Amino acid sequence: MPIHVDIVSAEGDIFSGEAEWVFAPGRLGELGIAPRHAPLLTELKPGEVRVETSDGEEQFFYVTGGVLEVQPHLVTVLADSAVRGDELDEEAALAAREKAREVLAGRSDEIDLDQAQAELVEAEARYRAAQKLKGKRR
Amino acid sequence: MASGKEIRTKIASVKNTQKITRAMQMVAASKLRRTQQRMEASRPYAERIRTVIGHLSEANPDYRHPYLDRRDVKRVGYIIVSTDRGLCGSLNVNMFRSILMDLKRLQDEGVEADLCLVGAKGQAYFRRLRTNIVAATSHVGEVPRVADLVGAIATMTDAYREGTIDRLFFVHNRFVNTMSQQPEIATLLPVEPVDKAELQEYWDYIYEPSAAELVDGVLDRYIESQVYRGVVENVACEMAAKMVAMKAATENAGKFIDQLQLDYNKARQAAITQEIAEIVGGAAAV
Repeated sequence: MPIHVDIVSAEGDIFSGEAEWVFAPGRLGELGIAPRHAPLLTELKPGEVRVETSDGEEQFFYVTGGVLEVQPHLVTVLADSAVRGDELDEEAALAAREKAREVLAGRSDEIDLDQAQAELVEAEARYRAAQKLKGKRR
Repeated sequence: MASGKEIRTKIASVKNTQKITRAMQMVAASKLRRTQQRMEASRPYAERIRTVIGHLSEANPDYRHPYLDRRDVKRVGYIIVSTDRGLCGSLNVNMFRSILMDLKRLQDEGVEADLCLVGAKGQAYFRRLRTNIVAATSHVGEVPRVADLVGAIATMTDAYREGTIDRLFFVHNRFVNTMSQQPEIATLLPVEPVDKAELQEYWDYIYEPSAAELVDGVLDRYIESQVYRGVVENVACEMAAKMVAMKAATENAGKFIDQLQLDYNKARQAAITQEIAEIVGGAAAV
């Protein structure tokens, strides 16, 4: 009796199929999961998830981390789609805050460009409307 | 009466505009299809992680994670998803209006708000108002990645954890169908506890290392997946709204061209009539 394996990330499905064995890098060490494994929940370290299908074929998936959920005939890997880590998160958070300051200071070029484009489109529309009215009046 | 040549150039220019709007409409339509697929693709992950959270909160009733704890609301946070580009009808404006109403109500109650803005349009809008913007990110593109959103989300979840904000809202457009998109304000934090009945089978996991330690990572991932989903949905809304707006623009351009063509014909006929009148007048004088 094989196990059904789903590897999903927030951005989409990665793998779905039947397998005899699943190997995953658990937080407390490498895990080998055979059918009828007890329900288990653990975090994954960055590493390789190996899926052995019934015909002896092997498939490898690299995960940067995630959560592994095991039920007797179902293994779900909730893979992260981004490299995580407190430091990286901190950095990204700082970047977001910096960006907020830029927005408040009105220094951001991108926004001014967008603004200008919007104004241009508006001005053009107004010009057209004026032309149209002029044409009708005559 | 405008001369024939003037009207002819005008017609040519409107035709060019029409070509552009028609192209934009078709591009939006094809992008919409792809974004809808992406929306579908993010569903299994979100559903799975929700079940896992249900199990986790069941597993250790004594341990209260800050994300699951309800507090008195003194200050709130908003993550607001808007589009980067315009030409998508009233999509953004409708949403901003509903947020402003919310903010005003909160202000009357003496509750202040911190904003986290995703998307250039929201930044341009809320910058002009006197709001407290604490984080921002833009140009996540039509294929958003979770990695681009992590920073903005982390700022808000950190604020929640530290107790700066007591509630975190998430605002994005809900995709009802191609013709209709609804702004939606949902509570992200504290996380709504999963209904017990939702857990189909009653059994528990082995936790490695422990449920309390796992819950942190799972909840963070849950929040991220929710925000990611919202951002993808908002892109779908943008494309749908753009498609409809551009369709209307193309139709309007068509009507405009018809009107101009009529004007042109009239001008041409008037010119001919006048010329004949002059010739006849000249001949009569001879």
